[in-house]
Amino acid sequence: MRSGPRPATDPRSWERLAQWMFLGPAAAYLLLFFGYPIVKNVVMSFQQYTPTTFYTGAAPFVGRQNYAEILASDLFAKSLLTTLLFTAGSICGQFVLGLGFALFFQRRFPLGGVLRSLLLLPWLLPLVVSGATWRWMLDPDTGVVNAVLRALHLSSSGIPWLTGTSQALVSVILINIWIGIPFNTAILYGGLQEIPTHLYEAAKLDGAGPVTSFRHVTWPLLRPVVSVVLVLGVVYTLKVLDVILVVTGGGPANATETLATRSYELSFQQFEFGRGAAMSNVLVVISLAFALVYLRANRRARNAEEAIP
Amino acid sequence: MISPARPPARRIAALLTGTIALIVAATGCGGGTGAESAPGKVASITALDYYTDEPEHSQWGEILTSCGKRAGVMVEQTSVPGASLVPKVLQRASSRTLPDLLMLDNPDLQQIAQTGALTPLGRYGIDSGGYAKGILSAGTYKGKVYGLAPYVSTIALFYNKDMLAKAGVAVPRTWDELKAAAARLTRPGRYGMAVDANATFEGTWQFLPFLWSNGGDEKHLDTPQAAQALQLWVDLVKSGSMSKSVLNWTQADVHDQFVAGRTAMMINGPWRIPALDKDKNLHWGVAPIPVPRAGQTPVTPLGGEVWTIPQSASKARQQKAAQVLACLNSSSTMLTLAEQHFTVPSRPAVAAQYAEQVPSIAAFAKNVEAARARTGELGVRWPKAATGIYTAIQSALTGEQTPEEALRHAQRTATSN
Repeated sequence: MRSGPRPATDPRSWERLAQWMFLGPAAAYLLLFFGYPIVKNVVMSFQQYTPTTFYTGAAPFVGRQNYAEILASDLFAKSLLTTLLFTAGSICGQFVLGLGFALFFQRRFPLGGVLRSLLLLPWLLPLVVSGATWRWMLDPDTGVVNAVLRALHLSSSGIPWLTGTSQALVSVILINIWIGIPFNTAILYGGLQEIPTHLYEAAKLDGAGPVTSFRHVTWPLLRPVVSVVLVLGVVYTLKVLDVILVVTGGGPANATETLATRSYELSFQQFEFGRGAAMSNVLVVISLAFALVYLRANRRARNAEEAIP
Repeated sequence: MISPARPPARRIAALLTGTIALIVAATGCGGGTGAESAPGKVASITALDYYTDEPEHSQWGEILTSCGKRAGVMVEQTSVPGASLVPKVLQRASSRTLPDLLMLDNPDLQQIAQTGALTPLGRYGIDSGGYAKGILSAGTYKGKVYGLAPYVSTIALFYNKDMLAKAGVAVPRTWDELKAAAARLTRPGRYGMAVDANATFEGTWQFLPFLWSNGGDEKHLDTPQAAQALQLWVDLVKSGSMSKSVLNWTQADVHDQFVAGRTAMMINGPWRIPALDKDKNLHWGVAPIPVPRAGQTPVTPLGGEVWTIPQSASKARQQKAAQVLACLNSSSTMLTLAEQHFTVPSRPAVAAQYAEQVPSIAAFAKNVEAARARTGELGVRWPKAATGIYTAIQSALTGEQTPEEALRHAQRTATSN
């Protein structure tokens, strides 16, 4: 501060300015890329926003009509249920298998590192590619999955993976579990590494077997990580769109139609942007509820940690 | 060429790209300034279509160039995948950067004309006389012609000559013959018949000939005529003559099944002919779609793309675009295009002359005479009915609902707001 307009009289005001300068870009970014779309989406959901709007710019406000219409349609209840089944099924499968893999890879064995990185593959593939491959493998007539089942005499006619209304939902859940395992394994494996090894040694000395040491050492110490994995998983799974679009397109007979695919269809296939926005807002509210659960769980976990001296 | 042939993954990728473009447009970040409005000489105009596949793309490129030459302008052709054309048009409409010449699939025309982004062709003195009634009605919105198609197409029954001969089956002409033939042609690893019963407008398009030929109507879907048509498809699947996978097949997939010898007959369009001809070991024939009772004429949906002139700040560019559009729809261009794409010229007079030259197209030419435009009755409300129809097909083929129930539901969808 040798020259310049005026030396700062109060160093604390400088500090505050610096704070704002650090905050500024992040705040601007959040407002522009998160705040604006959300506000726009909320506004749009109260408008009659049609293809004509794109040319004329006119989007009359229609109050709660968009919400009333989507909530009243018979597809809504069905796709809400499908969304819940899809999310619950995916999360259970991903979490249990992910935890299993994480525990497995915690032991040291030859090629463990290589196998662990191979496990990340589903995560690295573009979803459209893996979805198309699954679609091809699950084809009821010519797919490799049914060919194997037939060869093993487990099923004579093959399972209608993508053409049966209940089987199709199971298929997309299975595919989504496959896609989600790497995420769960990676985070849970990280959590497991954090647990001090001397605790396991102590447990062993006390005569604890693998099950007991998992119950009394691993699980309690992994809890904060588990809650993060589960809540993030729920939020990610609720909005899954690409997998379903590629594999079943929401069919057959709307059997795999979730709130996310419904919203996509309304907006980008039927060009009913107002209703599409309303549908996605319903999804945002559900995700938000889980995000709040996450924040509370996080706080509780931190409080619990602080309570330990 | 209602729905171009594309593998599903590519189709979805294109859709997602279109979606992103549309989100940008919807949030008003479009940018761009629109066509330059200098009154001077117009050196080039822009054209947008969905002919991304070869050789289609370059064939159209040549036609546009030669018509441009006649009008004294360069035509810059851009092609986007079929699924992202309408999103692209909406995006460019909002940023006022629409091309000077725009191609649209005929059932989309009324919806785009409704936005006000297109100009009536009467303004440029373009003659719309002598066109087949169906395609003209598809290009018309509120009494004004907005788009003209040089050629039209429709769908028909393709069959594998060798398989039919070996099984001793004649080409089916009625629904009963179709069911019997499909059953006799079915073997392990092969189905007798294939259609596209996808949950998209393509599925609806393939079902229309069965619905319409039986006297069904998109205005009243909950009729016995419509239910009988749907029952035919249900019977084919239930008897095992048609794979249940038709629920997921696009027209391109149906084509692949046919080429791979996994189905003996299929419903498809003439734009498949170049690909079918490539396989020298495949001996195929084409016939009109079977009708409920002998002697009836099938009523098929009209396919084909219309060319339009969007709103623009530059009158001079619009005039040039109009000259090119008129050239595309001239009788000689019609013939060239029809030959290239195995389609039917949209002026019956030209079509008659053409059918004499190319006998293999006669099945299509005959169908096109009776063909109906999808938006002919319902106009901008057609997408709702189309959604209702494909949902009904899916519900009936999966056995979730009987054809009657499914169609009652479809009627509710079609008439909802």
